[in-house]
Amino acid sequence: MIEIFSATNKLRFIALAIALVALISLPFWVSGIYYINVGSQILFFAVFALGLNILVGYAGLVSLGHAGLFGISAYATAYMLQQGFGHTTAVAVALVIGLASMALFAVLSLRSSGIGFIMITLALGQILWGLAYRWISVTDGDNGIPVRGRPAPFGYSLTDPVNFYYASLIIFIVAVAMVFIFVRSPFGAALMGTRDQPRRMNALGYHVWMIRFYACLFSGLLTAVSGILFVYYTNFISPQTLALTSSAEVLLMVISGGPGTLLGPIVGATLVVVIKTVVSGFIERWNFLLGAIFVAIVILVPEGIVPGSIRLWRLIVRKRAAAPPAPAATTERTP
Amino acid sequence: MNFWIVLTVNSVTFGGLLFLLASGFSLIFGLMRIPNLTHGSLFMLGAYIGGSVVIGLFGFKMNFWLAAVLASLTVAALGALIERFLLRQLPGDQLAQVLVTLGISFMAADFCLMVWGGDPMSVATPQGLGGFARVGGAVFPLYRLAIIAIAVVVAIALWMLLDRTRLGAMIRAGVDDPDMARVVGIRVSQLFTIVFALGAGLAAFAGIIGGPILSVYPGLDQDMLPLALLVVIIGGAGSLLGSFVGSILVGFIYNFGQALLPELAYFVLFLPMLLVLLLRPQGLFGRHVP
Repeated sequence: MIEIFSATNKLRFIALAIALVALISLPFWVSGIYYINVGSQILFFAVFALGLNILVGYAGLVSLGHAGLFGISAYATAYMLQQGFGHTTAVAVALVIGLASMALFAVLSLRSSGIGFIMITLALGQILWGLAYRWISVTDGDNGIPVRGRPAPFGYSLTDPVNFYYASLIIFIVAVAMVFIFVRSPFGAALMGTRDQPRRMNALGYHVWMIRFYACLFSGLLTAVSGILFVYYTNFISPQTLALTSSAEVLLMVISGGPGTLLGPIVGATLVVVIKTVVSGFIERWNFLLGAIFVAIVILVPEGIVPGSIRLWRLIVRKRAAAPPAPAATTERTP
Repeated sequence: MNFWIVLTVNSVTFGGLLFLLASGFSLIFGLMRIPNLTHGSLFMLGAYIGGSVVIGLFGFKMNFWLAAVLASLTVAALGALIERFLLRQLPGDQLAQVLVTLGISFMAADFCLMVWGGDPMSVATPQGLGGFARVGGAVFPLYRLAIIAIAVVVAIALWMLLDRTRLGAMIRAGVDDPDMARVVGIRVSQLFTIVFALGAGLAAFAGIIGGPILSVYPGLDQDMLPLALLVVIIGGAGSLLGSFVGSILVGFIYNFGQALLPELAYFVLFLPMLLVLLLRPQGLFGRHVP
């Protein structure tokens, strides 16, 4: 038993090392800035999906307003830069505004869970979208706000796509590590407890509301960080980023990959970004495909790709492990 | 003075439209326990189908009211199909059902964009209702008054249906306690299809009669869906009276907000929702917190 565990641990360690090496060396073996930029997109959308997964996967609270939170941080960055503030101030203000909006979202939507939570976050997300769209004196409405230049921390200018990729990679790795530690911490266990048995957790003396509230804040932090990366990547923000389709897109990343797993949102983000990039070269109808994939995933693979493949893998391994004893038993019987 | 009267009439008109949209939404929510996120799309689809028949886009032209009935029936049938063949695949899994309706709404939006293009479609007001009524010093567009009248008639008809008929009694039983309703022999899952089709038809009807005042454009679905959600959050799920009061309230706040604070109109809508969520989370007339 222990051997098996250490074997899978070793396997995991090797897989992790390979993944890290692959990610770090990516700019050397892909040709062209285009693919490096796709890589950066995957990384910051993965951070976004990891943030949403805290709520969807570990807290059991499905939010359809996260694009609003993602967008408000992006808007805050763009607005501060437009007003002539420096990058540090802009990013700090964006983080504070992102977290404060998440706190407000949480206070309102945590009055219910399940379907009520979806409805309220959806309505709140649409309100932020409406604000971005109509509050023209601040957001310039449909025209959006352009951002000039990217910051240059420690002298590395992020205007260079490769440097931007590495900056995204560092933030991505930090985010993955944070989620990894979070999930294994007593707090993470308590959060999953409130997901599975809220009443029992309450009876055991846990403050269910508070635990969910902190989980929201953590999710909001990752969302805000990814929003800031996004606005620096595209150098532009418009109301479209806050639309319900964007909230659904990131939810699709979480659900398709596998909610409640560390790897799921990363796989999902890769899948969605790659499909979106590849498909938009051929057809305009991305939303139709998005909707169709959504329906197909929910009906056919509700557990997500990562848990689905793990189940399949275990099934194969078990069959292979179960196969050898069978002939041995027959040879014993024959003499 | 005139400004305020016109604004009030517009608010009530918009409230009436919202009621047509939100009453079905609320019933579906009350019975099936899911917010039907295709509701905005059904509204838009009704508006597009009805509008094209009125202006004769696909080769045949029809009277406005006949077109309205045709579009409502088509969309009601579509609603029944969605319920029967997609939502029925996921019995009891409300989260998955909500996500399926979300996916369908994107497909519908893109479908409309593909068929009708990105330019807004304007639908003429039906014959005989293009004029104005003068009452005292104020002038009212006849068509807006007609919408109010239609909304009131539909509200009374729905109330009669729910309160006075056997089907209505079964629906009410299903809203209150689906398990108990099943035990006493009501086929609740069949009610799901009926209510879903009814709600879809009402949404489409609202879409087409709203066409002349809102015009029909891509993104109409995403403009209307949050308003229906707000009405249900404020009024309470599954309550007809709740949808009525909620619709009128949202209609007033939306129109007055747009006239007085155009930049923050969407944001002002947030206030009644905030108050209701803090003071009465089940909604003004709701029975249980969703």
